Amino acid sequence: MKEHVYESVYLRSKDFEEGRVLFETWDPNTHYAWDAGIAIGRYLQGLKAGQLIGRHCPECGRVLIPPRMFCESCFCATDHWIPLQDTGTVITFSLCYVTWDMIRLEEPLIPAVIEIDGASTGMGIMHMLGDVDPDAVEIGMRVQAVWKPAEERTGSITDIVHFKPVE
Amino acid sequence: MNGNRVAVIGAGMTKFVRRAQETAKELAWEAAHLALASCEMTLDDVDAVVIGTAPDAFDGVHMKSEYLSDGCGAWGKPVMRGYVGGGTGVFAAIQGWYHVASGLFDTVLVVCEEKMSSCQPHPQGAFLTIFDHTTERPLKPNLLWIFALEMNAYMNRYGLDKRDIATVAVKNKRNAADHPAALLGDPDITVDDILNTEVMAWPVQRGDVSPISDGAVALVMSANHVARRATPKPVWVEGVGWNLDTAYWTNRDLSYPVYVEEAARMAYKMAGVTEPRKQIHIAEPYDPFDYKELHHLEGLMLFDKGEAPRAAADGVTQRDGDLPVCPSGGLLGVGNPIAAAGLMKVAEIFWQLRGEAGPRQVPGNPKRGLAQAWGDLMQVGTVIVMGV
Repeated sequence: MKEHVYESVYLRSKDFEEGRVLFETWDPNTHYAWDAGIAIGRYLQGLKAGQLIGRHCPECGRVLIPPRMFCESCFCATDHWIPLQDTGTVITFSLCYVTWDMIRLEEPLIPAVIEIDGASTGMGIMHMLGDVDPDAVEIGMRVQAVWKPAEERTGSITDIVHFKPVE
Repeated sequence: MNGNRVAVIGAGMTKFVRRAQETAKELAWEAAHLALASCEMTLDDVDAVVIGTAPDAFDGVHMKSEYLSDGCGAWGKPVMRGYVGGGTGVFAAIQGWYHVASGLFDTVLVVCEEKMSSCQPHPQGAFLTIFDHTTERPLKPNLLWIFALEMNAYMNRYGLDKRDIATVAVKNKRNAADHPAALLGDPDITVDDILNTEVMAWPVQRGDVSPISDGAVALVMSANHVARRATPKPVWVEGVGWNLDTAYWTNRDLSYPVYVEEAARMAYKMAGVTEPRKQIHIAEPYDPFDYKELHHLEGLMLFDKGEAPRAAADGVTQRDGDLPVCPSGGLLGVGNPIAAAGLMKVAEIFWQLRGEAGPRQVPGNPKRGLAQAWGDLMQVGTVIVMGV
């Protein structure tokens, strides 16, 4: 089937650095400001107040986090807010040794999916783990949110610094 | 089977490379004209064009398929682009199928192209926008995280270790050594070579991941009456399926791709496949990461949940095993220019079922195969079943 394959021309970084090929560049100047919306807006208000909150679906009965104004499973409106705990269980995690553009990190970042206490089974959010020996992290570990001081909170997911093991 | 009978009658592709000198249009044209030449057709025989290409942000070109369209032979023709992230390559073939099955067109040219290398310093800069802008992106996520989190959930659920999974990378990179378009073929690679690669986001290591690539693939799909005149060896589309899970990815069971199962059920039903383990002779599941091949084989119901790694270790999925999997070399070996990689899998089933895969040919005259792709925010499954 070789006759069905075109031999593309393979370039190396050096070809660009040493000017052996012609090219054009462009740096986009785009900035975005996203409205948080109804459900996530209220969620961010809760974070600013040091509180995780979920939304209840009247049909399937699930308590949803991140909160949403409609249940994507039942396709009906959710009906009320439910305060949740700031503790949870690590469903899965990673020890990440590279930045997004592949620069090595000495100390790993530890992203995790954390099932939040008070929400329905499997309702997790993505956040970071900290104050923990990376080698000691395991699935099933109980963790608690570490909040920024109240005066430093801005109504952002980063109002939680990270989650740390429950002592 | 719903609709008119549809066959794949031609295929062509470019070599997959890390960074191609050719523009996206040039790559698309090379693949498209090779596909037409393979079935002795010209653009005059083509009634409509389907274009598959992943995020516009890779190329920094708005409406990338319109930019690509002249390289795809779409000038002056009905054309559409379907986009489901990494699932696009197989989805494009599905769209080609229903263009013809509907009776609207007799012959459709399907072209998938990806040029990831233009995005500097790393195409991840474009990928990162899949994370929720308010609840996730402020945490400065890395695309590898979602794979690492899913892989760890899968390993933990079934008590798998890295060695079980690395066998997939070894198989595919060895298979790719026989593919003339491959970027990372290596006939001598070992499990230890994979396990000794640098850790990126544990449990993901460099050797577990497919490479960033540029490339294009094209297919010609025709209605029964055209296909029978055009070639003595049409490969029939027997079933198609696609399915999407919730975008709240942190609310899903990451250890099992239920959306792949739903897509497979749709395709099997259409194809009359009631016992996939007996009736599917060859499979090209999506393998951007080695664990994903196993994950998808389970979602395709070709192995019980948690059992695919053992089957892989036992050699079942080797090219000469009971169920050859990714005989092409897959994304791990041939390369991963997103949309083109998915269509490469459909092309591989086409070549295999025609007995034209050369040194990659699976023994035993396989009669039915499937290709599957996956993508979006890790939650779309696209499946095509083909037979002779």
